Amino acid sequence: MFFRKKITSVLMASALVAGVLAGCGGEKAGTEGSKDSGGGGDTIKIGANLELSGAVASYGQGIAEGIDLAVEEINNSGGVDGKKIEIIKVDNKSDAAEATNAAIKLTNQDKVTAIIGAATSGNSVAQAQIANDNKTILLSPSGTSPNVTVGTNGKVNEFVFRTSFIDPFQGTVAANFAAGDLNIKNAAIYADNASDYAKGLAASFKETFEAAGGKVVSEESYVAKDTDFRSTLTRIKSANPEFIFIPGYYEEVGLIIKQAREMGITVPFMGADGWDSPILVDLAGAEALNNTFLTNHYSAQDPDETIQKFVTSFSKKYSGKSPDAFNALGYDSVYFLVDAMKRAGDTSDATKIKDALAETKDLSLVTGVVTVDEFHNPIKSATVLEHKDGKQVFKSKVNP
Amino acid sequence: MKKVKGFWLFLILSIVLYVTVQLLINAGILNQFYSNTLIFIGINIILAVSLHLVIGITGQFSIGHAGFLAVGAYISAIFTMKLQLPFPIAILVGGIIAALAGLIVGIPSLRLKGDYLAIATLGFAEIIRIVFLNIDYVGGAAGMQVSHLTNWTYTFICLFITIVVIMNFTNSRHGRACISVRENEIAADAMGINTVYYKVIAFALGSFFAGIAGGLYAHNFYIIQPTNFGFLKSFDILIYVVLGGLGSLSGAVISAILLTLVSTFLQDYPETRMIIYSLVLVIVMLYRPQGLMGTREITDIFGKWKSVKSVKGGS
Amino acid sequence: MEWIQQLINGISLGSIYALIALGYTMVYGIIKLINFAHGEVFMIGAFVGFYAIAGWGLGFFPALLLAMAVCAIFGVLIERIAYRRLRNATRIAALITAIGLSLLIQYVVIYFRGAQPEAYPDALSNKTFDLFGVQISSQSILILSVSIVLMILLQFIVHRTKIGKAMRAVSHDMDAARLMGINVNTTISATFAIGSALAGAAGVFFGVYYTKIEPLMGIIPGLKAFVAAVLGGIGIIPGAMVGGLVLGVVETIVSALGYSLWRDAAAFIILILILLFRPSGIFGKNAREKV
Repeated sequence: MFFRKKITSVLMASALVAGVLAGCGGEKAGTEGSKDSGGGGDTIKIGANLELSGAVASYGQGIAEGIDLAVEEINNSGGVDGKKIEIIKVDNKSDAAEATNAAIKLTNQDKVTAIIGAATSGNSVAQAQIANDNKTILLSPSGTSPNVTVGTNGKVNEFVFRTSFIDPFQGTVAANFAAGDLNIKNAAIYADNASDYAKGLAASFKETFEAAGGKVVSEESYVAKDTDFRSTLTRIKSANPEFIFIPGYYEEVGLIIKQAREMGITVPFMGADGWDSPILVDLAGAEALNNTFLTNHYSAQDPDETIQKFVTSFSKKYSGKSPDAFNALGYDSVYFLVDAMKRAGDTSDATKIKDALAETKDLSLVTGVVTVDEFHNPIKSATVLEHKDGKQVFKSKVNP
Repeated sequence: MKKVKGFWLFLILSIVLYVTVQLLINAGILNQFYSNTLIFIGINIILAVSLHLVIGITGQFSIGHAGFLAVGAYISAIFTMKLQLPFPIAILVGGIIAALAGLIVGIPSLRLKGDYLAIATLGFAEIIRIVFLNIDYVGGAAGMQVSHLTNWTYTFICLFITIVVIMNFTNSRHGRACISVRENEIAADAMGINTVYYKVIAFALGSFFAGIAGGLYAHNFYIIQPTNFGFLKSFDILIYVVLGGLGSLSGAVISAILLTLVSTFLQDYPETRMIIYSLVLVIVMLYRPQGLMGTREITDIFGKWKSVKSVKGGS
Repeated sequence: MEWIQQLINGISLGSIYALIALGYTMVYGIIKLINFAHGEVFMIGAFVGFYAIAGWGLGFFPALLLAMAVCAIFGVLIERIAYRRLRNATRIAALITAIGLSLLIQYVVIYFRGAQPEAYPDALSNKTFDLFGVQISSQSILILSVSIVLMILLQFIVHRTKIGKAMRAVSHDMDAARLMGINVNTTISATFAIGSALAGAAGVFFGVYYTKIEPLMGIIPGLKAFVAAVLGGIGIIPGAMVGGLVLGVVETIVSALGYSLWRDAAAFIILILILLFRPSGIFGKNAREKV
């Protein structure tokens, strides 16, 4: 009896030792192999730390498609300084802890120069510190929260940048458009409570709209992946707003608009770049989408050469699919980074590239002409679009 | 005497393990990737072992363990980030509050059995998550940013304490009472064991250590969000315990180590990662439903050999 | 008037839950396994319907039948390959297998078509009636009537046919049923076929009604349907119907009061209260008649 216990405890400890050491050994062997294969000086290693599975897999996969297209184009035209780009894609399961682990792996094991990711602000924040500590660029394609580039101590994260707008700007544009162009007095806000993107937009919309003399008569929220919005819409309807602001992503917005129109809510709706997807039209129906507006980085109808090239090559690569905002942001992130590498004259020194990124000025990308500000946020103009019979029609362009 | 000796051996081996890893980290041989993997393994072992106490030892079918992980994570983060208290205190308080949450959840729901208990604990975990989602003080959906304070030392100390406490609890009078509840609740009741008391104690103790793991978790991953603690997280912990073998502490430890490594390794194959993971899970369950270790401990295999030898030696 | 509208909203939401719960309650009733993969069968049904309508240009009803047939086969296969081996294993091993299967199905679908949502084609015309200021859509009336018809049909199968009798016997005592000459395997397969076909039908209706389908769409409805089944009393067919409706109405009321973020929590609170105070469900009587 005594023997059992003694041996149990001894072997427990040795199992721990063995397990842990075996684990390390295995890992080492595995990664050394991969280092050899990718270690030649003729490739530029860029990590992509994205939500490829889990709750928001559709966002991460959208970005990955954009990245793949951009990398293919660059590599086919000779790469950067004669070097090909190698993307190391890592799945973070839509989970912050996994995002941290993945970022540590990319920086320590794969020794990437830069990481593109993640799709959500939270998962981007989870790797910001790692990027700073390891002197690796982190470029968040669609993390819109101010906390991504600015740490808790109020200091700018040196190595962290983003491709998207930050939340407040689009909210301000939308509020000015509602109060000015549409001459609205009473508005309702229906925001996605599960995303800080939507909450940030709602807050900045409310602030600007009230400052312009408007009144927010109803504030409601939903949670991403909901499918039935009728009860909350009934509540909003009885508050009688003249206008409803819905910051959120097309997956839910499409359903909200469809259900709202079925319930006889005819007032204009407005949203932001999260609305931009061809699927929005399919979900809501072209008729229901009439009299709705959105702010966006760009318009797919814009005759601008960069945009048209992107739209055609995207639908060529992905069998006729039209790009959405995530595709465009993923695509732009690569070009944003490559532009900085070219200007830095170096494809592996992250410190030089980071300085070049911070100095980016008037870079013409699909999602707008980008200038980076002191907080590492891109300043780009927003476009206001209107849906007419399922088509986005250009309304106005607002410069920051 | 010998029992004490065994403990000392365990202690010495643990110290050797700790010192070796710490030296390797200091020498820079183990870079951030390895040390982080070790910490992550440590946290997962604590979670697996704490749930092992509830499911493996006491036989209570709880599939909402992530709820207590969330409580520990949020409470400890509030203590360090909002109240500026030292990290060890925050971990401890996180554990205590998680244990209280375990009591609150356990007292009503442990009246239930089997699937009904499972689904009730799942429900409670979701409720805990939704509560955090709706509290703006902790950032709501956007989550709460947390400083990086967890290191190998803290993880190892917590892991060591968890294993020692749960091992000793299992081998104590209380532990045997819990095992009797697992084997046959009615018979245990008839023998005069206060089954409700032991079920609740095991549940609270399991929640306490899940809370401790939560403190380490929160301070290792820079940000905590309610979405990190959904039922998929509970399933992950449950899988460690069941795959290792219900009732086997070493099984839980081994499968937590293995699955963490498998998951880390599969990060390189994002397209097929979850397919492989779930396929392995289903296949293991189909061909070895009792788990890798069954109810045995890793020592039992050696134990047999040892006891044969000791009989020969005439002890 | 707003409250009548909300009640209508709740009933239309609840009839979707009811539709999934009808199949769930049968499957759970016979092998006592929380079949997490039921939500995935529902998802497969939605996608089969989608490809049938959008890809092959089938009409709504042929697509519905096709989805039901595919799901019935799929459900039987799941039971055959995964659950049958585990019939005598611990409940937890079976549960883990169910979780594993559900993840497997989700990610195999994602592997082949990505995680992006798909918009369902307008296969069924939808009209909105305005009755004294209350909007009712023809689709929600259709879904409610379909669930009621299916409920009556199931009730008939279970209580009036031979296979139904076998189902009740197997659910009551598998070994005794075998001794009485009932082919247990066939009976369980039949139950899975019916339950999965219902899940497939629910998937198609869900797609048409809510327009959006995606590979992870089954998780939440699957869980909610289970809640509805427990609420009504596991294995009791009218119970699943009523449980679904009650759940839908309660969730709607919570949202209508302005607590939309607590909606899912409300569902679970009801579940826990029911489990604690009336574990046999609303309709569960001491006569433990189970399918």
